[in-house]
Amino acid sequence: MRSKRIGAGAAAVTGVLLLGACGAGGPGGSDGDFTDGKLVLAVLNDQSGIYKDASGPNSVKAVRMAVADYQKKYGDRAVVDEIEVTSTDHQNKPDIANTKAKELYERGGADVILDVPTSSAALAVANQAKSHKKLFLDVSAATTELTGGQCNKYTFQWAYNTYMLANGTGTTVTENGGKNWHIIYPDYQFGQDMTKSFTEAIKRAGGTVQGTIPTPFPNDNFATFLTKAGSTNPDVIGTMQAGGDLINVVKQFNESGLRERGIDLAVGLMLITDIHSLGVDQFAGTMFTDAWYWNMDAESRAWADRFRDETGTRPTFEHAGNYSAALQYLEAVQEAGTDDADAVVGKLEGRRVNDVFLRNGEIRAKDHLVTHDAYLARVKKPSEVKEDWDYEEIVTTIPAAKAFPPAEASNCSL
Amino acid sequence: MNAVLQYAVQGLAAGSFYALAALGLAIIFGVLGVVNFAHGAFYMLGAVAAAVLLDTLGLTLWWALLAVPLLMFGFGVVVERLLVQWLLRLDPLYNFLLTFGLTLVLVEAVKQRYGVSGLPYKPPDVLSGRVELAGVVLPRYQLFVFLFSVAICVLVWLLMTRTRVGMIVRAATEKPELARALGINVGRWVTPVFGFGVALAGLAGVLAAPFRAITADMGNNFAIILFAVVVIGGLGSIVGAVVAGFMVGLVEAFGQAYAPTFAQILIFVLMAVIILVRPAGLFGRKEATA
Repeated sequence: MRSKRIGAGAAAVTGVLLLGACGAGGPGGSDGDFTDGKLVLAVLNDQSGIYKDASGPNSVKAVRMAVADYQKKYGDRAVVDEIEVTSTDHQNKPDIANTKAKELYERGGADVILDVPTSSAALAVANQAKSHKKLFLDVSAATTELTGGQCNKYTFQWAYNTYMLANGTGTTVTENGGKNWHIIYPDYQFGQDMTKSFTEAIKRAGGTVQGTIPTPFPNDNFATFLTKAGSTNPDVIGTMQAGGDLINVVKQFNESGLRERGIDLAVGLMLITDIHSLGVDQFAGTMFTDAWYWNMDAESRAWADRFRDETGTRPTFEHAGNYSAALQYLEAVQEAGTDDADAVVGKLEGRRVNDVFLRNGEIRAKDHLVTHDAYLARVKKPSEVKEDWDYEEIVTTIPAAKAFPPAEASNCSL
Repeated sequence: MNAVLQYAVQGLAAGSFYALAALGLAIIFGVLGVVNFAHGAFYMLGAVAAAVLLDTLGLTLWWALLAVPLLMFGFGVVVERLLVQWLLRLDPLYNFLLTFGLTLVLVEAVKQRYGVSGLPYKPPDVLSGRVELAGVVLPRYQLFVFLFSVAICVLVWLLMTRTRVGMIVRAATEKPELARALGINVGRWVTPVFGFGVALAGLAGVLAAPFRAITADMGNNFAIILFAVVVIGGLGSIVGAVVAGFMVGLVEAFGQAYAPTFAQILIFVLMAVIILVRPAGLFGRKEATA
């Protein structure tokens, strides 16, 4: 009985292997230029922690959507038949991200690693990409170091960085009359980067930062921090907190009475999942910079509908960014006809792109920063919300050239 | 001067909340000798339950303040009967491991069910707005939390010191042999006391829902502060937990105002200093039971 079952299993496995071999040798199967005869896209991100909803498992689905679109577009003409999408959890920890990236490149056969939220983790992966000479397309981490001082030939930054966030919200709010700022920020790499970028942007726009308050991370109670920030009577309190800490800040800010005293709250980084979790009424009127919004036009909406069919929810800009990064990577592979990293990098560099996510996009050759239009958004009032996830009103489009720092300003040498 | 007063008031408001949340922890330790590491998770469950009840049944904060502690009491009883009771006679380390593991399970279960980005919660309109007195501003909700917490703390204290049930419970735990000899059924009181402690954690969670992010992880960081509170107060001492709760609230508020980066560390500096001077905490066992 037992041996019979094993025999059947072995037969099935052989069958699958045979089919696989047929596939590889099938039409357009010039897979000789592909290591292992296949392409492996690895999504390395937070599958269980605070950034799970922002990217997490649904980013994997977005990447699969890109693979499906690529295969549909090229059909038999695709230079590679077998494309594998894998995913791993890095728990937002740099040391785990480092080990996982090494494993993915060495043993998982990964040709490219995608996503990687959390700046410190992304920088660790960038180092592995450099030493393995394999691609890393970062979508969800914000540090400017990835394409600045710590840039390398194999690392690209796709969706946003702290400069874009600061330049959008900091500049626009200041120009609209919010001259005096007080900033509270979580005391770690991201918060410090953001505060630096915001301070520069506010000064450039003719405003002043009256004070900055570092706060412990994570932290639940911000009451006295807010009172302290409000005591200098600024026009705006800028918060650089993210995720659960951001929600704590907003809830406690709304209670504090600072808004009634004429002090506004500007948020450094906000994702649509944050608005969803806290409820639109708590955030109504808050300004922030978005890299992309699912309902900003018909094209985005059509893709967001497909995404909803796959996942049951609406995409964040990180989901759309992962789709875009995977799609453009596959296009570059198609052009190069190989998964050789140097050849693919050559095809990506300098490429001008328009897709669902990237508008007026350019994959900059100098520092591998992907520039594109960004958006200043305002959270709608509850009365303006017409359907689920309909939370944002796009106030202005910030053209790519203004949203990101000029290439000349980059201190990156690849 | 005004600023100092403002920070002090905010500190006392936060402190009352810490006192209430720590109370259940102190009672569970005092009566069962269990270091309940799951207290933060019970607190989180209270907040999540409040949000879910509001979302599904439309139960407002007022009803949640009643319903959630009752639910949590039932949950606590089940946990005690199913798990905790088997370990009561063993080394306290086993209880530590059990409650720590329980925390992991509860946090993960909430993540699986409700995701990680948190649940929305809308407090009653009556509690929005602010109260201003002599230049000191306090959100009306904070004032409510303060009054409510103080009232509950006083009630619990009266319950434990002035009623027959309270005296039996204390006798049963302090001198179990003697209590048994006097015909008191000691085992009978262990389960409801554990449930009561869990209900208090849940109650703190309901109070937290309007002003804290409601996420699966909300109890993790909070539990650490609560442990500092009960250690400062003297493990198991009810009065100690309350006094230490206010101390920690004040230290945190002034820390946030004058040494922001060290706001949380200062709490543990306070703890270290107190343990050095009084190893059993401010109201260590002997004083508490005198």
